Amino acid sequence: MKPRFSSAAEPVSRLIDEFHKLPGIGPKSAARLTYHLLRMPEAEARSLAEAIIDVKQKIILCSGCQNLTDTDPCAICRSTERDRSAICVVEEPLDILALERTGQFAGLYHVLHGVISPMEGIGPDDLKIGELLARLKNGAVTEVILATNPNLEGEATAMYLQRLISPLGVKVTSLARGLPVGGDLEYADEVTLGRALEGRREV
Amino acid sequence: MSLPKTYKTEAIVLKHINLGEADRILTLYTSSFGKVRAVAKGVRRITSRLGGHVEPLTHCSLMLNRGHQLDIVTQSQTIESFLPIRNDLWLTAQALYLVELTDAFTYEQVENYPVYKLLLDALNHLARIRPATPLLRYFELQLVGYIGYQPQLRECLNCQSPIEPAENFFSSSGGGILCPDCVSSEPVVRPVSVNALKVLRLLQRTDWATAGRLHLNPDLSKELERLMQGYIRYLLEREIKSTGFLDRLRREDIAGEFD
Repeated sequence: MKPRFSSAAEPVSRLIDEFHKLPGIGPKSAARLTYHLLRMPEAEARSLAEAIIDVKQKIILCSGCQNLTDTDPCAICRSTERDRSAICVVEEPLDILALERTGQFAGLYHVLHGVISPMEGIGPDDLKIGELLARLKNGAVTEVILATNPNLEGEATAMYLQRLISPLGVKVTSLARGLPVGGDLEYADEVTLGRALEGRREV
Repeated sequence: MSLPKTYKTEAIVLKHINLGEADRILTLYTSSFGKVRAVAKGVRRITSRLGGHVEPLTHCSLMLNRGHQLDIVTQSQTIESFLPIRNDLWLTAQALYLVELTDAFTYEQVENYPVYKLLLDALNHLARIRPATPLLRYFELQLVGYIGYQPQLRECLNCQSPIEPAENFFSSSGGGILCPDCVSSEPVVRPVSVNALKVLRLLQRTDWATAGRLHLNPDLSKELERLMQGYIRYLLEREIKSTGFLDRLRREDIAGEFD
């Protein structure tokens, strides 16, 4: 590809073009990042380059939970302290980080790597659903917690999974729907508020 | 241009795609401006005031700011969220099919109130009428009619003589029925049974109430679905993606007990 910033030296314009491909990086930011790197000590720049190559070469999918990992099985799947009878199903690896921050779940995870989206042509076969069902085969898992996003695609995926998993005799639960901490009742939509009422609890 | 900077409209949210950190681009079908794409800022944050009011398959009342490229949603209030559809996988898949059809057949900023009303009525009926399948066929026939592709079902496309109750043929390229005498004039046709033609004619000129009372036997239902989807595929020159998921659910027997 012909570099877009032809006034700069070739290696410089090539790096600008590479940065420009990243999400959220426009031509100006790309140029700023490039010139920042040029002023960096070589060791730091090398360490960045190596880190990029490392994630591409060393990161694989865990054969159990399908999360991104550098060891197979991953640290969570390997841990002896985790509860192996519960699997929490999430859409993306980042969702695991969010759930882990709560410190309230000690079971295992399963990453679907996407969500059923009929209009985009993304169906069950494009997700890691077969891998999930395989993990439920040996009977060690007694509960599957569906933690897909509370939107149309996430709910559709959860309903689809529930129909597949329930017949296996595994308990299927989903995260509660309700009001966010720091939210405002006045702005809650009917679906959220309705589900919050449905799931009310005695205090 | 002296258009006001903000405007209000009712709309049905067709779909959304993620934009940046926490925003989404919505595709809306509005009552007064046809299809509109607009940015909803911050809706992916869990405390967003807009979030739940701009989910796909929501009928809502909106306030928008005109932007340079895309308008920006400033307020939204749900009018109807079609919970019975949302709570049922099979109905959700069917509703998404209707929404995808509407999206595929329409252009942005072209007002077409009948199409808006058709989609709104379709979702309202889908939420409470069983079986739902005849509603889909009614929607398809009405939609192609409003867009300008109403099929000719009473006279032969070629000789214009009235169609007799026998096995006739549907031509997607001609947009209607060919009688057995004229069928050789057209290379690609699909046979249509007498009953299927009767149902098509009825659906073409009836209302939602009648369409909602129809019960079709499985063979007839399948014939009509194939015929309409063949016609739609010809008109759009592409597949409707959500049919893949509908077929899948049917194969796995997740289809509603009433269909």
